[in-house]
Amino acid sequence: MNTQAIKAIYRFEMARTFRTLVQSILAPVLTTSLYFIVFGAAIGSSMQQIHGVSYGAFIVPGLIMLSVLTESIGNASFAIHMPKWSGTIFELLSAPVSTPEIVLGYVGAATSKSVLIGLIILATSMVFVPLQVLHPLPMVLMLIVTAFTFSLFGFMLGIWAGSWEKLTIVPTLVITPLTFLGGSFYSLDLLPPLWRMVTLFNPVVYLISAFRWCFTGQADVSLALSFGFIAGFLALCLALTSWMIRSGWRLRS
Amino acid sequence: MSNMTQAPVLSIRQLCKAYPGGHQALKSVSLDIRRGEIFALLGPNGAGKTTLIGIACGLVNPTSGSVHVDGHDVVVNFRAARAAIGLVPQELTTEAFETVWAAVSFSRGLFGCTPDAVHIEQVLRSLSLWDKRNSRIATLSGGMKRRVLIAKALSHNPRVLFLDEPSAGVDVELRRDMWAVVRSLRDQGVTIILTTHYIEEAEQMADRIGILNKGQLVLVEDTATLIHRLGRRELTLTLQQPLTALPPGMDATDLSLSEDGLTLRCSFEQASGQMPPITQLLRQLEQAGCSVRDLHTQQSSLEEIFVQLVSTGK
Ligand SMILES: Nc1ncnc2c1ncn2[C@@H]1O[C@H](COP(=O)(O)OP(=O)(O)O)[C@@H](O)[C@H]1O
Ligand SMILES: [Mg+2]
Repeated sequence: MNTQAIKAIYRFEMARTFRTLVQSILAPVLTTSLYFIVFGAAIGSSMQQIHGVSYGAFIVPGLIMLSVLTESIGNASFAIHMPKWSGTIFELLSAPVSTPEIVLGYVGAATSKSVLIGLIILATSMVFVPLQVLHPLPMVLMLIVTAFTFSLFGFMLGIWAGSWEKLTIVPTLVITPLTFLGGSFYSLDLLPPLWRMVTLFNPVVYLISAFRWCFTGQADVSLALSFGFIAGFLALCLALTSWMIRSGWRLRS
Repeated sequence: MSNMTQAPVLSIRQLCKAYPGGHQALKSVSLDIRRGEIFALLGPNGAGKTTLIGIACGLVNPTSGSVHVDGHDVVVNFRAARAAIGLVPQELTTEAFETVWAAVSFSRGLFGCTPDAVHIEQVLRSLSLWDKRNSRIATLSGGMKRRVLIAKALSHNPRVLFLDEPSAGVDVELRRDMWAVVRSLRDQGVTIILTTHYIEEAEQMADRIGILNKGQLVLVEDTATLIHRLGRRELTLTLQQPLTALPPGMDATDLSLSEDGLTLRCSFEQASGQMPPITQLLRQLEQAGCSVRDLHTQQSSLEEIFVQLVSTGK
């Protein structure tokens, strides 16, 4: 295994993150803080408790997931699309590295960055709302697994996308709506039965529900279903990536 | 000398490439590159030079045939093969926001080497990039970016270096520096394969020259042999009356008669210091009853050989 190459890619990507600190870390943290101020402090103060916690505390897990999803996809897709677009990918393709090593370098860096952002947002939220994490270990594990899975997804998106437009279309048109309608801001119990049914087709619901369980100990949908879904999506992304590896899809002519 | 040093460093066998859409970019190319030589691949645009390099470097999948680098198949044993290769591509593609130092260090890591600041400093100095090591690449001029590309290719001490059109759009100073680097690499035993449009450059730099046209290798020759051909002059005699055959006694010479019987051609060596056999030839023709209307001599150049090979497509 070419560990030097994995390290080189990882370091290169992390250096990019810290070089663009404002844009890559401060921006998502600021956005989330605004949510806390508006929904947690301002509107939340006049809302009743959900799942036995204040509204401000209720939305924290969803907001973290929202950032982790967006950042994982955005980062991993940008990281591989950029060299494809500029042509510098020739070096990656002519280097003695296998595709799993390339994936590990890029996806590893994107995962680290998302987990870091998730943890910063968690810390920030503690400034605004009284927060309790009932199951810290599953919480951190879920954070890592989710970041990894969606970074994998983003990586494939970056390879698939032929243009910058396509690169942004999937996150804006698919991921953002799914996250907003995934129960970040409300409990599914508050929805009328029909909408509740519809919502159950949204995969993000399972993610947020399980993640919120790590905080409050309560979930909207069954935990087994949630973890089953997360494992299933991870397996799907891994399978697609390994197919991509074998075929050299969209990389070599 | 051991067998190892005599075995070709790059061995291409019946290499074919058909791009999706059916275009045959390479048609059964076979070529051996000797260890430590500078090999120039000449050919017009679209001949398949970049495709050939692309297959050797793992950027293009071959349709059939094989390439071995130092005995390693570039597909089956890609790690060992690619680790030996450095590539300076035709297009000017570099990172933009990274510093020169970071980009070159990144390349070294990609090729599986542990960091080596001393080596990278040496490479940057040899390319006059040392002062720019902390500059972002986007702020550099085109010539400087090309130097960065060369530095990246040399960052992992390759044993085989590919330079794809290294002189295209390059200023005199850079060209001089580049050839100095290439010569010193050759002295260290690095094999260099370059493609170029500049025939004089191939003549000056290369030990051997290969000509690729429409995906076929039409000629591979020592540069010295080609220069030798270059040193030949051709004498053309235009006759008053057509001849049906060479006059008796003259068929032994290096003469050829054109189809219309009006032109006689003879090539001879100039380098030998002898007087051209023109006087003798003219006397022989006179004795045979032919009168000469016109006469001129011409030096054949590599350029001509090239154009002739490429246009006849043989
Ligand atoms: N990715 C590609 N897809 C389809 N055709 C290609 C591709 N790359 C090169 N070609 C075609 O293959 C031929 C050889 O190209 P190339 O190897 O770049 O030639 P050269 O480097 O000698 O100019 C050209 O006709 C070119 O149009
Ligand atoms: Mg070319």
